Amino acid sequence: MAEIQKTATRDAYGKGLVDLGAVNDKLVVLDADLAAATKTGMFKKAYPGRFFDCGIAECNLMGVAGGLSTMGYTVFASTFAMFAAGRAFEQVRNTIGYPHLNVNIGATHAGISVGEDGASHQCCEDIALMRTIPGMTIVNPADYQEAYTAVAAAAAWDGPVYLRFGRLALPHLFDETYKIEIGKGVQLRGGDDVTLAATGLMVHEALAAAEQLALEGISARVLDIHTIKPLDTEILGKAALETGAVVTAEEHNIIGGLGGAVAEALSETLPVPVLRVGVEDVFGASGPAAEMLKVYGLDAAHIVAKAKEAIARKR
Amino acid sequence: MDSARNKELRALACRVRMGIIEGVYHAKSGHPGGSLSAAELLTYLYFEAMRIDPANPKWEDRDRLVLSKGHVAPALYSVLAHRGFFPVEQLKTLRKNGSMLQGHPSMKLTPGVDMSTGSLGQGISAAAGMALGAKLAGKDLVTYALLGDGEIEEGQVWEAAMFAAAKGLDHLIAMVDNNNLQIDGTIAEVNSPYPIPEKFEAFGWNTVSIDAADFDQIEAAVARAKQWNGKPTAIIAKSVKGKGVSFMEDQAAWHGTAPNEAQYGQAMEELREQLALLET
Repeated sequence: MAEIQKTATRDAYGKGLVDLGAVNDKLVVLDADLAAATKTGMFKKAYPGRFFDCGIAECNLMGVAGGLSTMGYTVFASTFAMFAAGRAFEQVRNTIGYPHLNVNIGATHAGISVGEDGASHQCCEDIALMRTIPGMTIVNPADYQEAYTAVAAAAAWDGPVYLRFGRLALPHLFDETYKIEIGKGVQLRGGDDVTLAATGLMVHEALAAAEQLALEGISARVLDIHTIKPLDTEILGKAALETGAVVTAEEHNIIGGLGGAVAEALSETLPVPVLRVGVEDVFGASGPAAEMLKVYGLDAAHIVAKAKEAIARKR
Repeated sequence: MDSARNKELRALACRVRMGIIEGVYHAKSGHPGGSLSAAELLTYLYFEAMRIDPANPKWEDRDRLVLSKGHVAPALYSVLAHRGFFPVEQLKTLRKNGSMLQGHPSMKLTPGVDMSTGSLGQGISAAAGMALGAKLAGKDLVTYALLGDGEIEEGQVWEAAMFAAAKGLDHLIAMVDNNNLQIDGTIAEVNSPYPIPEKFEAFGWNTVSIDAADFDQIEAAVARAKQWNGKPTAIIAKSVKGKGVSFMEDQAAWHGTAPNEAQYGQAMEELREQLALLET
């Protein structure tokens, strides 16, 4: 078997910026002293005149991004998720969200998979925070191609977009013909017994879980919900209707993220059992990323268990 | 400027003050104190300094103003109305349900408002972003930011100050309305940001200290800022909170309180008297 290529979504972000920068001379990228880690350094190298380092001052970063966008620029502002959505939450809300400016926030190193840096940097609240801002769009790509095409899609999108990228290298799911469509989930596998709706790196775990469930005769549908807001209620509603049970999976607190969004949407339209796999309202800890994902139940085994529980609770 | 123009501008500032009082009185809420202290600064900017076109408020090459002390929206609205961006009569809709004149400025709703503000400390960052954008585009337009003296207690102001100097944004001119009062008392008592010019200078800015009510001094300060020496400029303007209305002057209590009917009558009477002296 050929070795599966693995790349981190943040690398796709950097490449996406460079390639978009070649055709869009209004593209400007800002960072907060993390260009090497967020991969905006790739853009800095290619277009030094259109890259500005704001230093370790994320609140100002977001304000500058807002002001710059009013001057006709396509702006991407990058830092770690913890600081983009956490520290600068109110700046994002008031200076970018409220005036609905075309600022794209490239937030990397989201979730537990930051690993060794530990709880202070493992941001599992960002989706919840960003979801509460009216008009904010949230995209959490699952692989390289999805992340790469998300850059141009976000640039063309009306209003602010929060792009969530991870630190870990992930297997490639999509080939070069795939192009993300913001707001439209992707069915990766058919199934009738249960739906596994996942986002980001958990899409890979959901696919693995579906394989395991199949061995036990359970047919699981797998959805890549890369856009958490606006949520694709059409694909989710259809899945709920046809499978009768849903498990969500995300590298985020089970409160307020994909699980919350799906539960809110389905409870108002098609109430079926919705069980959430995610960080169960605790802070993370230091350790190798792969180990820490298991420690916090962010793996296929946990999704399998929740899927069975969800099926058992069908009426 | 010649004395006739100086007098005209003082009369305009007086009309701007009347618009502030009209708005806040009809809204039964709002921030008259800091609006009145900034009347001359904003009048000078919109009637003398800024390249703007009230008929084309989104003109790309216009100068920008970010009202970083967004709570003095009544002053900005009054200046914009008197400058022709919308009818003066509309000032009476301030803060009403359905009005385009929100409690704090919204760039989406009000013609002439260049940035939505209100949460202190954020506007100057947006202004720095605008100045960066103009520089990148090779445009010589000027971005102004009006800050409160209490506002500069916000850490983000100094993040922005550091950034603007580091990036050489000399077309950014910040004005600090130094009326010395914030909600809980004098700024010196609450959490002193003094000395203000020294702080901006330490961050790499030019500074000019002036009397906020003196149009000649405002003009000279803006002219000095426009020498474009590679540094942004902070104009620290010593002002009187509540200026122009005797019972509001230098009173922290008038930071965010609307006048009642009797107080409204007295304030308007005082302003009409001042205007009469300037227009004879």
